[in-house]
Amino acid sequence: MNINVLEENQSITIKGTKDGLTLFINDRGSFEDVMKELGDKLSEYNPKKDEPVVPMTVKLGDRYINERQKQQLRELIGGKNRFTIDFFDSNVIHRDEALTWKENSDVKVINRMVRSGQVLENVGDLLLIGDVNPGGRVVTTGNVFIMGNLFGIAHAGSNGDREAIIAASYMKPSQLRIADYISRAPDYETEGVYMECGLIDEGQDKIVIDRLQVLSHKRKGISGFERRILNG
Amino acid sequence: MGEAIVITSGKGGVGKTTTTANIGTALALMEKKVCLIDTDIGLRNLDVIMGLENRIIYDIVDVIEERCKLGQALIKDKRFDDLTLLPAAQTSDKSAVTTEGMKKIIQELKQTYDYIIIDCPAGIEQGFQNAIAGADKAIVITTPEKSSVRDADRIVGLLENEAIDPPKMVINRIRNHMIKNGDMLDIDDIMQILSIDLIGIVIDDDAVIKASNNGEPVALQGSSKASVAYRNIARRMLGETVPLQSLENEKGMFQRVKKFFRLGS
Ligand SMILES: Nc1ncnc2c1ncn2[C@@H]1O[C@H](COP(=O)(O)OP(=O)(O)O)[C@@H](O)[C@H]1O
Ligand SMILES: [Mg+2]
Repeated sequence: MNINVLEENQSITIKGTKDGLTLFINDRGSFEDVMKELGDKLSEYNPKKDEPVVPMTVKLGDRYINERQKQQLRELIGGKNRFTIDFFDSNVIHRDEALTWKENSDVKVINRMVRSGQVLENVGDLLLIGDVNPGGRVVTTGNVFIMGNLFGIAHAGSNGDREAIIAASYMKPSQLRIADYISRAPDYETEGVYMECGLIDEGQDKIVIDRLQVLSHKRKGISGFERRILNG
Repeated sequence: MGEAIVITSGKGGVGKTTTTANIGTALALMEKKVCLIDTDIGLRNLDVIMGLENRIIYDIVDVIEERCKLGQALIKDKRFDDLTLLPAAQTSDKSAVTTEGMKKIIQELKQTYDYIIIDCPAGIEQGFQNAIAGADKAIVITTPEKSSVRDADRIVGLLENEAIDPPKMVINRIRNHMIKNGDMLDIDDIMQILSIDLIGIVIDDDAVIKASNNGEPVALQGSSKASVAYRNIARRMLGETVPLQSLENEKGMFQRVKKFFRLGS
């Protein structure tokens, strides 16, 4: 199913890997020319209706394309061609995007108590030095690290990042929330746990609590800028 | 110039009014000039506990709406010349009281009195806002119950936004046998959550209820445990170092609590 086009001066190349297809778009030449060439190439390719949809990564090199152009590519490649674009990979990003990423990857250090009825909201990783009391709540788009007691609610990855984690010196939370997952304390009285973390276990499809040590292999990219870029 | 201290809790029925009456009386016993203000408009109680109900002519709303002078509304205590009460209104419209009105009254009282003790209504609505408006300090009352501690924590959080010193806490209605059985939070649990300084503990004592019914604050009755507890709180307010009462009849039970106990002011 590989379509290897080996002409000179071509601005596009498609290669197959075990994870699907990669479409390389040369970063020279106008976007219009690219679209035209891609349109021509794809017209030679007529998949059957019942063939599975093939995921594709688009590598753009040093080319920057905006949302409208991404949409044009999706429309051209998708549809009857039975491809779907997984990911646009470009070496360049818009300044606004860069600033957002920076915001989201900074660790905010906050030194206070979050008392009943109070909500502490943030973007990026949150390092709280202090307690979250019963009835208090902390929310952030990244990870939540608490040097103190977590008795209330902590919500990590509030924009949908399921890789986010919640760690605390001591936790006996009423709820843990990560992305769109929620887990609550059991109805019976329990002891809290020291130096543990909550994270989503994809296999069990729920939030689990585990020792902090598991993070070094379960969340390798925890400190990485890269992870947040990939997750938007 | 005196100082104004609001007695607050969030939750109702935990002992704000009882504490106001008893701290006020205990301070008067120690020859301080004290004025008590009842801000629980529509549900006034402080006059009853003080046994002064039959003396009320004007109330706080009359003062704010300038139907009388502040001095005319102040009721002198039966027992102490330097202890007075500014009663709440029982029938008037609550909205008559404003934060501005409260500040003005307290400012005026501070010229004459050493301590102005403000009894706050339950809740966190306008009545609460009015009660804390003119206060320099706050004492938060809680009982060893989760819901009461939760509400106290909410109040401490709200007080953080005000120009008020970090509040002190009184744990009221302690029942030692329930704490021992693990049916009530113990003092350490409460202090861990609220993490504010403790200024006193008061056991649940029938003498309190009896005294209230007689219009004689328990602080006047020398021997009962609650009476000593309230007088100890007053002494601590004046800067004395007084160890916490032991809840049992043996000594040393609450030694470990002492390490948390730092006297302010
Ligand atoms: N230490 C105590 N021991 C026994 N009863 C108490 C004690 N403190 C308060 N009470 C009782 O609890 C009830 C509520 O107290 P009150 O001071 O009116 O609370 P609040 O002003 O916070 O609503 C009253 O009946 C009072 O007599
Ligand atoms: Mg009351």
